[in-house]
Amino acid sequence: MRAWKFGDDINTDVITPGRYTVTTDKKRLGEIAFIEYRPEFAKEVQEGDVIVAGYNFGCGSSREHSPVAIKAAGVSAVVAKSFARIFFRNAINIGLPLFVCDDTEKIDDGDTVEIYFKTGEIRDKTNGAVLEVKPLPRFMQKIVDCGGLVEFLRGDGYDNV
Amino acid sequence: MASTITEKILAHASHQKEVAAGDFVVADVNYVMAHDSTAPLAIESFYSITDKVFNKDKVIIVFDHFFPAPTVAGATLHQKSRKFVADQQLSGFFTNGVCHQLLVEKFVSPGDVVVGADSHTCTEGALGAFTTGLGSTDIGGVMATGKCWFKVPESLKFNLTDQPRKGVYAKDVILNIVGEVGAAGALYEACEFTGDYVKNASISSRLTLCNMAIEMGGKNGIIEADQKTLEFLNGRTGKIFRSDKDAAYTDKYEIDVGAIEPQVALPPAVDNVEPVSAVEGRTINQAFLGTCTNGRLDDIEVATRILKGKKIARNVRLIVSPASEDIYFAALEKGYLQELVKAGATVCNASCGPCIGRHEGVLCEGETCVSSQNRNFTGRMGDPKADIILASPATVAASALTGKITDPRNYI
Repeated sequence: MRAWKFGDDINTDVITPGRYTVTTDKKRLGEIAFIEYRPEFAKEVQEGDVIVAGYNFGCGSSREHSPVAIKAAGVSAVVAKSFARIFFRNAINIGLPLFVCDDTEKIDDGDTVEIYFKTGEIRDKTNGAVLEVKPLPRFMQKIVDCGGLVEFLRGDGYDNV
Repeated sequence: MASTITEKILAHASHQKEVAAGDFVVADVNYVMAHDSTAPLAIESFYSITDKVFNKDKVIIVFDHFFPAPTVAGATLHQKSRKFVADQQLSGFFTNGVCHQLLVEKFVSPGDVVVGADSHTCTEGALGAFTTGLGSTDIGGVMATGKCWFKVPESLKFNLTDQPRKGVYAKDVILNIVGEVGAAGALYEACEFTGDYVKNASISSRLTLCNMAIEMGGKNGIIEADQKTLEFLNGRTGKIFRSDKDAAYTDKYEIDVGAIEPQVALPPAVDNVEPVSAVEGRTINQAFLGTCTNGRLDDIEVATRILKGKKIARNVRLIVSPASEDIYFAALEKGYLQELVKAGATVCNASCGPCIGRHEGVLCEGETCVSSQNRNFTGRMGDPKADIILASPATVAASALTGKITDPRNYI
């Protein structure tokens, strides 16, 4: 899986500019991910690729269109030093896996990476680096295990927490 | 255990004696809001969970991001939200103001928990409530259940002392703070504003402070309710919570408001803050006065004071969008809007206006806009090669007058 490297404070206007989000069509949103900031992204990204970023990924607006677009573009996970909180909740709610990792600078743009979802380990096949990710709090892991917030609330929801 | 105001509200809403930062709680929500841009996705999530809202009087839909619809796509989304409002028989449906302004004018009370599908829902915390922005699926979940889970945030305290100098406003104060703290400096934290300055500040100024908590990554902005708050509530009541004196804060910022000059945030980041003198004289093409940050009566009043009897620069568009119908009418009654139009302004309906670049004044390549809004991200108001400079309403008005970024202190 290819790593697509981004910097710090990547905001939701960069991921999905407001002028393009007047739709709920997920396929269309996948086509506009990073449309102005990195126009080649949506054209070249392959199913399973990973976004690797710095601090505060997804800051700015509450628009869920941003994680929806990233997921619909084919991205299998986003790894960052930290995430903006609304983006973090949104991604978990829609089933886009996120990993918090202190060492994302060890991965370069274009590297081949593998994520072991169960052990929380990221391997950079290009340079041999092995990175650890921070586990999710138990409460949030439960939502992830259900497949997202809708499935969580359709099941036991808040009855057994 | 000593607690912050945010901890106390979340304990109350989750039916617990006390909670501490880091706890996960499931809180009862007093009001849940979505606007025309975020409601359609929230509605899809809602119907995936259930078919009836938890309370038709507590689910609020506001059309403010692109109203009236500028495109067929926008009109189609409006149609979808209107059907939801009708099918669910919601009592709270509005098209006459920015969602946050309408919430503080009509709904939010001290001690409430309020969530909105808009990141600037932190604004409403200025009334002593816990208010925060969420995404559409979360909002759909709250529409269905009336509840929301939260990780109780740690708190940052901003103690603001002294009074601002002439020509310096709440917007300058909060821009100064965002510049100091940085775009992620308050990540996940409650931003609590205290001190003499806050005590003396108008509700409008307090809303401006809390509005930009999210620009530091904050979860909520919050100010303890006082007599001024109760008067503003116009009969609504609430439950007043106060932070204990020895409550725990991750950090405390002491800010001397008297030392702050008029500020600007330069593109492309809100924490890229400089004194206005750093860019004084830079040519502008558009000036925008409005939004949940600075579209209130005192903002329009100061702009009117600067522009009354004068004409804006020939090559500048000045766009004014009052933040609500009440503000629009008050500004008409006082003659502000008439004076601004005579000076060359274009007055739009009470809405978000051009802040999110969808209509009512988009920018083309190479243009610069000075705006009273809260974000200057690349491409937000139109072409990605246009620049947005954030400033106070006074700086926006003075700059519209000269056609260049202008220190307002010479004009008031």
